[in-house]
Amino acid sequence: MKTLLVCEVREGKLRESWGELLAFAGALGGERELLLIGDEGLAPAVTGRLWVAPPSPRGEFDPAWHQAAVLEAARRAEADRIAFVHSSWGWDVAPRVAAGLGAAQVSDVVAIAEGGFETGCCNGKMRRIVAPRTERVVVTIQPGAFPARGGAEGTPAIERIAPAYRPDGVTFTGYEAAAPRGVDLARAPVIVSAGRGVGKKENVEIVAALAKALGGELGASRPVVDAGWVDHGRQVGTTGQTVAPKLYVACGISGAIQHLAGMKRAEFVVAINKDKDAPIGEVANVLAVGDLVQLLPAITARLRR
Amino acid sequence: MRILVCVKQVPDMAARFRPNGAGTWYGEEDLVFRMNEYDENAVEQAIQVKERLGGAPEVTALSIGPARVTEALRKALAMGCDRALHVPDDAAAERDPWQIASIIARVAQDRGFDLVLTGMQSQDRGSAQVGPFVAALLGFSCATTVVAFELGDGRVRVKRELEGGARSALEVALPAVVTCQLGLNVPRYPTLPNIMKAKKKPLDAVAPGGEPADARAATARFFEPRRRAAGQVIEGALDDVAARLATILKERASVA
Ligand SMILES: Cc1cc2nc3c(=O)[nH]c(=O)nc-3n(C[C@H](O)[C@H](O)[C@H](O)COP(=O)(O)OP(=O)(O)OC[C@H]3O[C@@H](n4cnc5c(N)ncnc54)[C@H](O)[C@@H]3O)c2cc1C
Ligand SMILES: Nc1ncnc2c1ncn2[C@@H]1O[C@H](COP(=O)(O)O)[C@@H](O)[C@H]1O
Repeated sequence: MKTLLVCEVREGKLRESWGELLAFAGALGGERELLLIGDEGLAPAVTGRLWVAPPSPRGEFDPAWHQAAVLEAARRAEADRIAFVHSSWGWDVAPRVAAGLGAAQVSDVVAIAEGGFETGCCNGKMRRIVAPRTERVVVTIQPGAFPARGGAEGTPAIERIAPAYRPDGVTFTGYEAAAPRGVDLARAPVIVSAGRGVGKKENVEIVAALAKALGGELGASRPVVDAGWVDHGRQVGTTGQTVAPKLYVACGISGAIQHLAGMKRAEFVVAINKDKDAPIGEVANVLAVGDLVQLLPAITARLRR
Repeated sequence: MRILVCVKQVPDMAARFRPNGAGTWYGEEDLVFRMNEYDENAVEQAIQVKERLGGAPEVTALSIGPARVTEALRKALAMGCDRALHVPDDAAAERDPWQIASIIARVAQDRGFDLVLTGMQSQDRGSAQVGPFVAALLGFSCATTVVAFELGDGRVRVKRELEGGARSALEVALPAVVTCQLGLNVPRYPTLPNIMKAKKKPLDAVAPGGEPADARAATARFFEPRRRAAGQVIEGALDDVAARLATILKERASVA
């Protein structure tokens, strides 16, 4: 078995997630080689073979070019496993590669299992083992599931490849930075976040009141932001801010992986949820079971006394 | 212009899930089904395009699954789609993304769609594969995880959402598949008059067009993860829970 690990480059930089791919390959066993699509100067410091394809002549994000580069490297390396990180880039390119190879794809892998790969499902509440039926398999690994072991390893043996390329209908016109944030949640020592469990816009107030009583900032999960109840600047998670407060209070938040990614470095987590089995319970130091609409004002009143 | 929106019906995620008899997926007893959240954004986007172009584009909603999925199709019609296609398939829940994509591609093949919209992922499976597979099968261009969408001059200008809230801007030539991310728009609620009107819109059953493609993967086991023993669980009478929580919060906030 040989696994091709596909590194990600964004805005001219190699993403550090290649270390997670390396950890995944270690857990999987067998041989591994890496692929970099970008300038050779970005090569990760790792021993073993590194295939390098230059960046696309049509800009950094060019899925057709990326697909062609991965297919070419997989062919040359005779890889039967092709691994990406389940990132916005990885989940875009992986299925194009799987379709090109006629291979099964397993998305968002959290562990290696007997006969297949373990992945989350049902919003992270459940798990399943997916058994591929094809000889070659494309996987995307969940960010954080295979922590990088750290430490530069050495110098790669570089082999250059030139993808056989037919441009498709997708043209990259540039990146756009995240909207400027009114608040810097990253520095807040106390954050109290509102989730969809607040039910309606008016109830954001009772969460904000608790935040104030604790001298903290208001945060939010994504649905609350998407609904326009709270500014995007206060969103916590993969596509919002990454926070590390001393105290994080999650009100009516189920604990989806994309939310956890933004707050798992909090020192102490209190969750208030009517569902005792909500996945947020896995990371909470204290889980209070109940209706936040009743609980929060009662708590705030006590704190103000 | 013709637009296809792919709609999956999924269980309400607030449910407690239990494995089915074979242990390969969830059992459907006691579950309440609704339209996949991401697909609501896809339906809304299709209708907004239709409205902006003065009602000219025809919007077709498509769902593969057992009879219950027609409820999701009725909702799509009530939101504003013109017609719906149902591919009856009692085995849909356990088909892999490649098979689902093959069925969609076959149905779409001769119907002249310029634009296919799907959700970025289904809430129950979360594979994020069906959209790009449909694009590969139809030879369409493809953009995934889209949070901004503007149609004009035979192409779509989209923005993809990246980690940290950054975006990448793309121009995508038609025909195209676009997968829709949460936050792309605010899906409308069907109004009562529109729900009534939807009852008269065509909802046709269509055959999958032959044997499905071979599955490339299968779920061998479906189970509840053994959750890491969380910390303390506080439950009971409201006043009691509030008092205990207030004490903990006060203490933690004061050291913060
Ligand atoms: C690419 C991508 C990026 C994403 N980025 C982010 C991100 O940055 N941040 C983010 O948060 N999400 C993100 N998401 C969305 C994420 O997957 C979840 O959908 C989201 O986090 C769910 O938010 P929630 O927990 O508030 O809502 P839900 O999952 O709907 O949970 C609501 C919770 O409230 C509880 N509840 C309901 N009523 C009450 C009540 N009265 N009292 C107490 N509890 C109650 C319920 O039991 C439930 O646990 C992203 C998704 C994708 C695909
Ligand atoms: N059974 C189905 N019927 C119609 N569309 C589907 C079906 N399953 C998945 N899709 C579409 O494919 C998208 C991605 O699904 P998935 O690849 O399973 O995460 C969904 O958001 C739907 O738009």
